[in-house]
Amino acid sequence: MAIEFKPSPSLPPPSTAVGPVAWLRQNLFSSPLNVFLTLFSIYIIYLIVPPIIEWGIINATWEGASKAECTAGGACWAFINVYFEQFMYGLYPSEETWRINLAVILIVLLVGMFAIKAINKLFLSLTILLIYPVVAYFLFAGGVFGLEVVETSRWGGLFLTVLLGVVGIVASFPLGALLALGRRSNMPVAKSVSLVFIETIRAVPLITILFMASVMIPLFLPEGLNFNKLLRVLIGITLFSSAYMAEVIRGGLQAIPKGQYEAADAMGLTYWQSMVLVILPQALKLVIPGIVNSFISLFKDTTLVYIVGMFDFLGRIQAANHDTNWLGTTVEGYAFAAFVYWIFCFGMSRYSMALERKLDTGHKRN
Amino acid sequence: MTNTNMARAQLEQGESTIIEFNDVNKWYGDFHVLKNINFSIKKGERIVVCGPSGSGKSTMIRCINRLEEHQKGSILVDGIEMNNNLKNIEAIRKDVGMVFQHFNLFPHLTILENLTLAPIWVRKMPKKEAEEMAMHYLERVKIANQALKYPGQLSGGQQQRVAIARGLCMQPRIMLFDEPTSALDPEMIKEVLDTMIQLAEEGMTMVCVTHEMGFAKTVADRVVFMDAGEIVEANEPHEFFDNPQHDRTQMFLSQILNH
Repeated sequence: MAIEFKPSPSLPPPSTAVGPVAWLRQNLFSSPLNVFLTLFSIYIIYLIVPPIIEWGIINATWEGASKAECTAGGACWAFINVYFEQFMYGLYPSEETWRINLAVILIVLLVGMFAIKAINKLFLSLTILLIYPVVAYFLFAGGVFGLEVVETSRWGGLFLTVLLGVVGIVASFPLGALLALGRRSNMPVAKSVSLVFIETIRAVPLITILFMASVMIPLFLPEGLNFNKLLRVLIGITLFSSAYMAEVIRGGLQAIPKGQYEAADAMGLTYWQSMVLVILPQALKLVIPGIVNSFISLFKDTTLVYIVGMFDFLGRIQAANHDTNWLGTTVEGYAFAAFVYWIFCFGMSRYSMALERKLDTGHKRN
Repeated sequence: MTNTNMARAQLEQGESTIIEFNDVNKWYGDFHVLKNINFSIKKGERIVVCGPSGSGKSTMIRCINRLEEHQKGSILVDGIEMNNNLKNIEAIRKDVGMVFQHFNLFPHLTILENLTLAPIWVRKMPKKEAEEMAMHYLERVKIANQALKYPGQLSGGQQQRVAIARGLCMQPRIMLFDEPTSALDPEMIKEVLDTMIQLAEEGMTMVCVTHEMGFAKTVADRVVFMDAGEIVEANEPHEFFDNPQHDRTQMFLSQILNH
């Protein structure tokens, strides 16, 4: 009779391999060099962190009407405090800023509704992409339902930064995907148009494009046919970003094995069906890090709109630094700017990591 | 009378040609990969194509659903000529299922979604109906309990059976198999071959590139041997194995049967 094969039972790992002490030993003190690096890093942290806390919190002045009142020797946060509204909303009329707040609350609620299972995700996405922008536009610009008209030239601050960033991101993404598909297409026209567009845009700095959008285009357009400067800048940013997006997405398309294209073809899917249903979902998932990289850099690049006389978040802070009451508050201004940009960019990066984990169907086995 | 014999009997009565190669030639650059292929396959026939690697056997069957383009000659599938007409290609692809060496399941979709994709989007079948049909085919390949998993969670043999079920979901008139067992562990080859044998017994027209000579002996109506882009010999299995006409065939058979 044959002997029955029984696999040996799995044993727990030895105690030296788990727990906080093991973690410290493995990660911080695993070799003489690592012991040295750990101790050295602790020393550097000791040198840097306490003075920052002292300057930024302990000795800081939080209230006041001018730089002269900041006498404690630390940071003069009173400057941020006084200018806070301008940093957030630019020159948008104070009594109307609720409209911006309402738009923000609306989008947070709409996006939050994705968590509710009973809601049709497609319907919700279309609402956010098609209906919400119209509502938000009329909230911001006014002119309907008795809302006071607010010229786009008064839009500014963090509001303008987020607006430029979000519109740029949302609009450049599908355009970039189209350009990426175009560049890989077999059709000579689609291929060369995409290629020329991508290579031209990438060869030019964003400042040039913004300058063209705000100064050159009106020169060529006939008198009277002049459209809004903000819109022109938005188009410029979108085109610029879409060229980079296209190359990132093309990288993803190239990483998809030929067999996936063939399997989709073999079952009779049309080109667009196979792209939208089979190839792009996989390609985009692969390049989430690159896409988010582009988004983060776009978000920070929007700051260049100062070149065409628009005052976004950073522009407002720099302008406020010239206030004679607040001369010498540059450090506080930039520290605040850095903090706010960091929150946004770090948020995007964390979101992308969560998204990657959620979409990972690759090799996990249950 | 067994199923196989019944199917054979029907075949002998029917005799209608479903795939026809007329003087087909194909080049990859300067490399002449298919040379004057003349061959026709009847409805319900099970063809096994074998030959050394690089002999053009995969290329030949991939011409049937135009994953590869031929440059000379004509290929008729179900009476429709394969040319650059996209409508023709799409019409034929609806009727021709294909199973690949590396499965090519879509890793971002569940097993069930893999199966329902084409019926829903190509055949415009309602989702519920497509899912019922998909479950039916998954049961036939004995894998229904895995329907909600992702391909990455299945073994190679299971993935290949899913791929076969996916091909069947389009209710094709022809199934093409491109070395379906070559990427599998030995223990998993049998489960895939069993599925294919079952399919053959139901009278499906099958064209199968494989090195599984046991499968060829039990299932094939004809075995085709290719070398250097040409069909060297095509014959019924017992003739092919017991009495090969060509010395190239004899050499090939002695290599793969006596190792």
